[in-house]
Amino acid sequence: MKKRIISIVVGVLTIGVFTAAAMDASASGSTASARSKLTIMAPAAPGGGWDGFGREAQQGLRRAGIVNNAQVINVPGAGGTIGLSKLVQMDGRDDMLMVTGAVMIGASVLSKTSESLADTTPIARLADDYSVLVVPAASPYNTMAEFVEAWQKAPGAHSIAGGSLGSIDHLLSGLLGRTVGITPSAVNYVAYSGGGEVLASMLSNTAAAGISGYNEFRDQIEAGTLRALGISSPERLDGVPVPTFIESGIDVQMSNWRGYVAPPGIADDARDEMVAIITELHQTDEWADTLRRNNWTDSFQVGDEFDAFLEEETTRVSDLIRELGL
Amino acid sequence: MDQLTHLLEGFSVALTPINLLWLVIGAVLGTAVGVLPGLGSAMAVALLLPVTFSLDPTGAFIMFASIYFGGLFGDSTAGILLNTPGNSSAIATTFEGHRMAKDGRAAKALGTSAMGAFLGGMIATTLVVFFAPYLVRLATMFGPAEYFALAAFAFVAISSVVAESVLRGLLALSIGLALAMVGIDGPSGAARFTLGLPQLFDGISIIVITVGLLALGEVLHVASRIHRDGAVTRVSAGGSPFLNWREFRKAFPAFLRGTSFGVPFGVIPVGGSEVPTFLAYGTEKRLAQRRGDTDFGGRGAIQGVAAPEAAGNATAGTAMGALLALGLPTSATAAMMIAAFQQYGMQPGPLLFERSADLVWPLLASLFVGLVILLIINLPFAAVWAKLLLVPKHYLYAGITLFAMLGVYAIASAEMDLWLVLGIGLLGFLMRRFSIPLAPVLIAAILGPLAETELRRALAVSEGDLGILVGSPITIALYSLMAVAIAFTLFQGLHARAAKRRALVDSVR
Repeated sequence: MKKRIISIVVGVLTIGVFTAAAMDASASGSTASARSKLTIMAPAAPGGGWDGFGREAQQGLRRAGIVNNAQVINVPGAGGTIGLSKLVQMDGRDDMLMVTGAVMIGASVLSKTSESLADTTPIARLADDYSVLVVPAASPYNTMAEFVEAWQKAPGAHSIAGGSLGSIDHLLSGLLGRTVGITPSAVNYVAYSGGGEVLASMLSNTAAAGISGYNEFRDQIEAGTLRALGISSPERLDGVPVPTFIESGIDVQMSNWRGYVAPPGIADDARDEMVAIITELHQTDEWADTLRRNNWTDSFQVGDEFDAFLEEETTRVSDLIRELGL
Repeated sequence: MDQLTHLLEGFSVALTPINLLWLVIGAVLGTAVGVLPGLGSAMAVALLLPVTFSLDPTGAFIMFASIYFGGLFGDSTAGILLNTPGNSSAIATTFEGHRMAKDGRAAKALGTSAMGAFLGGMIATTLVVFFAPYLVRLATMFGPAEYFALAAFAFVAISSVVAESVLRGLLALSIGLALAMVGIDGPSGAARFTLGLPQLFDGISIIVITVGLLALGEVLHVASRIHRDGAVTRVSAGGSPFLNWREFRKAFPAFLRGTSFGVPFGVIPVGGSEVPTFLAYGTEKRLAQRRGDTDFGGRGAIQGVAAPEAAGNATAGTAMGALLALGLPTSATAAMMIAAFQQYGMQPGPLLFERSADLVWPLLASLFVGLVILLIINLPFAAVWAKLLLVPKHYLYAGITLFAMLGVYAIASAEMDLWLVLGIGLLGFLMRRFSIPLAPVLIAAILGPLAETELRRALAVSEGDLGILVGSPITIALYSLMAVAIAFTLFQGLHARAAKRRALVDSVR
């Protein structure tokens, strides 16, 4: 009897310890070169968009043999700013990359934390996707022009559903409003916790319009349950039968970009090495497959080009957030 | 009966040896993560996602499906045995389940919960196969005003039954509301009760609150009484997990009642299975009071385990329907699975059944097979798990503490969560010490934010017009039901008081 109990206890302990070990693939260890061991920090919970992006890169790096050992760790919280402040504290670590993207700029401006993306070492921008403005199938509006006309007359009565405050969806609603002559703070924006909830609000005809990533609404648009009025890409995308905002005469474009940054204070050759690793990843067939599967647009950028992009985006987002009255 | 032919074809794919193997692996894994406090099936799916890329899509989906249900089979185990539920979906089962365990019927409680999970899941999945298009229509009828009415209704329906003293109940409710308010407020972006700490911006996870209040609170409570309660009566770990005919007759209607609460909730995204499990528990408690059943709240009643557990899995079953037919993720796990499906080029939504019929039907079939396998795995295991109670208390509770902390750390690898869970654990201990009920805290923490956000969304959309709150048949029906429930409770209370007075007068004579 006693033996059996001990074996049960040992069994339970083993499961627990193994699970814990699997969960917390520890970030500790020596600062070996990034080629032998690379840690990718996803500043989001397992399953989120950034987590998926990090794990795709991990798989690509491993399979193509670019890096011997790549790990993903999750540091979720506050739109990625918890992860950001951790990364900034890892001054000089040259075997560490963090997933970043458009959302983090908004979140770090919003949360008023002292650390910002400017404190990190930019490495690369890899993939973009774009947001669509949709209306429910029962909506009276068939084109962007019709919607804008009604919206200008009564901004309050045309609520727009989208992701959390400071998200790409929110910023886009403000930008659209400003461009068509509605004060961003007068836009009646209803925040939901994600694309799924925005979809629910469209299906129940709660809000007049909704904004989310095109991929999340693609099938609903094809099936006709939602009508897409405009997309935020600079030009028409292949296989996406949705007019851009620019085509409809509204000069707005915005991308939900994703990329990588490294901790501050790393040596120039360490930075070049990381840029080389990501560049090699970008050239693999695995990555091409990743882009295709996720329906992401290739937006590869490194070096000065990416630095300049980051700076420009930060200014634009900070201005918008101020105008939105957050 | 087109669906039936499709389903049979699905079975022929799902029942190949290799797919059965994935199914069993998924079932065991799902149950295991479900048992550990703080770990849920959402996390298991997330971690396994990269691994399954090497499988063929059918095998991967089949594995996901069994993990999905497995987590729900496992989560009530720790709650029943040790009063330490690991996930919020198991809270309602814990109340009566642990009482049964204390009464020496641990194996029976676990068996009932496995049966409940099985029946709830089975009925809900069957409904999904045949009536998915009608079920999903329910989702399109729910806007913010309807959610608010639902939350208000649930508050009234549940709160009145879980607290014996009004004052203590209200105190517990306000603690729960305060805990739930921590974090960045969604509609306005304002930080509330965060003390300026970015770690608190996302609020306190309901898992941290559950584990702290129930698991650690219980550990501290047991520790504080260890030399005072004298010779502790040994909890019997024996007993059969199988129900005899009399018990089955008691439990069966409860299974069905629980399922009927769970089914509609899976389709509407109101934060998973907590609300229906609590509603099911509340109903059983009310029914027990009416019957004059003293087991309920005393020795532990089998219905109190059966109904919430069936409700939980029924929710999961129809949630899968909403996910497939509508592309609407109604729980964290469902959201994870959408991501997984998309990776294989299968887009859940209105076009799914036309476009990916070769994947969907095996998936649905594997849900049925998965439930059967889970029942086969879990029923005999109930007796083994119950033996856990034979471990001496000091080892057992040390182990719980360890696992609780590990589980909480695994949610976000955040140190802050560990301090929070300790603080909330201490709170739970003090609440036990002063006999303040714990359930209202959890109900408030789950329903409070729901009611608040939806009310504000409704008013934002209507530009402040309160008329929207009673502007649809659903809201009117819910408020009427609520009014009837309140009137009934008041009437019952007056009636009982009058009866007591008469009895007093009689005894004086």
